Amino acid sequence: MAETTTPETTANRATGNDAGRVPHGDPRVDPALTRPPEQGESLMRRHIATFFESKTATVGFVVLVILIVAAFTAPLWAPQDPYDLATLSIMNNMMRPGETLDTGVLAILGTDDQGRDMFSAVLYGMRISLTVGAVSVLIASIIGASVGVFAAYMGGRIESFLMRVVDLQLSFPAILVALILLAVFGRGVDKVIIALIIVQWAYYARTVRGSALVEKRREYIEAARCLSLPARRLIFKHLLPNCLPPLIVVATVQIANAIALEATLSFLGVGVPVTEPSLGMLIANGYRYLLSGNYWISTFPGVALVILIVAINLVGDRLRDVLNPRLSR
Amino acid sequence: MLVYLIRRIGQSVLVVAVMATLVFLAVYAVGDPVAILASPDADDQELRAITARLGLDRPLYEQFGIFIWNALQGDLGRSFVYAQPAVDVILQRFPATMELALVALIFSILLGVPLGVIAGLKPESILGRTIMTTSIFGFSLPNFWLGLMLILFFAVQLRWLPASGRGETVDVFGVPLSMFTWDGLRHLFLPALTLSLYKASLVIRIAQAGTREVMLQDYVRFARAKGLSRNRIVFVHVLKNMMIPVVTVLGLELGSMIAFAVVTETVFAYPGMGKLLIDSIGRLDRPVIVAYLMLTVVIFVIINLVVDLLYAAIDPRVRLTDSKG
Repeated sequence: MAETTTPETTANRATGNDAGRVPHGDPRVDPALTRPPEQGESLMRRHIATFFESKTATVGFVVLVILIVAAFTAPLWAPQDPYDLATLSIMNNMMRPGETLDTGVLAILGTDDQGRDMFSAVLYGMRISLTVGAVSVLIASIIGASVGVFAAYMGGRIESFLMRVVDLQLSFPAILVALILLAVFGRGVDKVIIALIIVQWAYYARTVRGSALVEKRREYIEAARCLSLPARRLIFKHLLPNCLPPLIVVATVQIANAIALEATLSFLGVGVPVTEPSLGMLIANGYRYLLSGNYWISTFPGVALVILIVAINLVGDRLRDVLNPRLSR
Repeated sequence: MLVYLIRRIGQSVLVVAVMATLVFLAVYAVGDPVAILASPDADDQELRAITARLGLDRPLYEQFGIFIWNALQGDLGRSFVYAQPAVDVILQRFPATMELALVALIFSILLGVPLGVIAGLKPESILGRTIMTTSIFGFSLPNFWLGLMLILFFAVQLRWLPASGRGETVDVFGVPLSMFTWDGLRHLFLPALTLSLYKASLVIRIAQAGTREVMLQDYVRFARAKGLSRNRIVFVHVLKNMMIPVVTVLGLELGSMIAFAVVTETVFAYPGMGKLLIDSIGRLDRPVIVAYLMLTVVIFVIINLVVDLLYAAIDPRVRLTDSKG
């Protein structure tokens, strides 16, 4: 076995790269990715144009935009406010998809045990899931990026200490760490966000440190040093902006992971409170009725969750290709 | 190698010690177990008696000292709920979880390797593309929802398989296992499939990339030139060489399977360690939570240690660099 191991696999491990990463060694490169820049075309515009040359990514992007808009404008047009107990009637409980409530509302996705219209509940639930995912990723990536770029800039003992903490954190599965944190904190949207930040920051720290180490050796950083710019300016104005592309890719995919993790935690009963049901919470509510054949309460929030996660993953996958410095620069 | 070994083991011990402290402090912060155990109409004296019996009236550092001293002797306290040593309560559930993880591991290889090899041999074909696209769904499906849908389809609609619990067990060397009885396998099938799907997608991706890479190697060309049959090339040359990364990743993922079993076991009411953890969190059974976490920390540290040592044995460069601890 020893002599047949490719040097890449062992080298990956030795440099601390994530060995469980999905390999991306595609020798057949999309011609759109290596197209030379046209005259006067900005980098941003070029990336956007390249992004939409992939059909699957465009579909993913459009679906994602529709879902986000639908979720956040839900209070304006959803058939029912699922949190307003006054509009709920127990008479309407457990209706099959397609039945009409006594208020005249058509429940296309049925109702739950409290007479809540599932279509409205899914829209409102998606709003919570999206918010938790986006906010936790935003804060965690800011913390992680700061740690990563600081570690790469300082080097030496500080760097190896920080990276050891990152390694330690990443050697334990996120689900387990988040579960324990929430068992300690208790339920709540804010607490879920804190737990998600704690389990995520290390990914960004590792990503940013990796690219910062490469950027640090480039000429422009040397030039900035020769101008004796202050360290703060060098880190934030020169080093950090050039480490952003890989960070954006990781962050996009992590939003999907964060949403899935939040749903799982809520399903296990340690996530968001019952009063603010996210998609995971709605699925958990339907669990009890599943065995008696009342499938719709668990099924539809789950379908919404899957569509949301797949759409984000498709966008993230394409971003990875577009922003991959090995191909475009 | 010896220096590396000693340093690496030293680090592992340090990690376990740090985690022990964190776990103890974190779990100490979780609610008051006395309030749950005592009957609602218990008077002050009864409450104090329970507190004293559980050792909760001592100062924190003293409790921590006792905890560490006992932990070194393999005693992580007695479960408040089961009135048994916490380690015993967990070890009773350990075979069920390991069995689930093992069967899931086998499923992910049986599903992932053939599909990955097919997709890798013909990456441009419709079948190859379909397999790769489907594997994205495998990554995206939330584990618990997938479990619910499998229950809905196979247990509620078709009534082919049971929806929950663990089947009949037989003792193998004193360990109760269910994978050798028909009833046990029927109960194991859905949870193991749920747990395996994410890993199967991962295996498909690795196997596909590995196959494509191996197919371009000189020895495969030589084998073709020699006139070997296609089957022999695929089953002997390709399979053997692309299995190395697959086995590596699956070894690393074994730990995360134990963690994800928490979710799967809850969905299928499967009496393993994960279900026990969720139940214990709900009941504030502090010693069981601590014991579960310490056991998992030790398992993870051992897996990481073994993987690193294997790498060091295979690749001498690892021993010389300082980058990975």
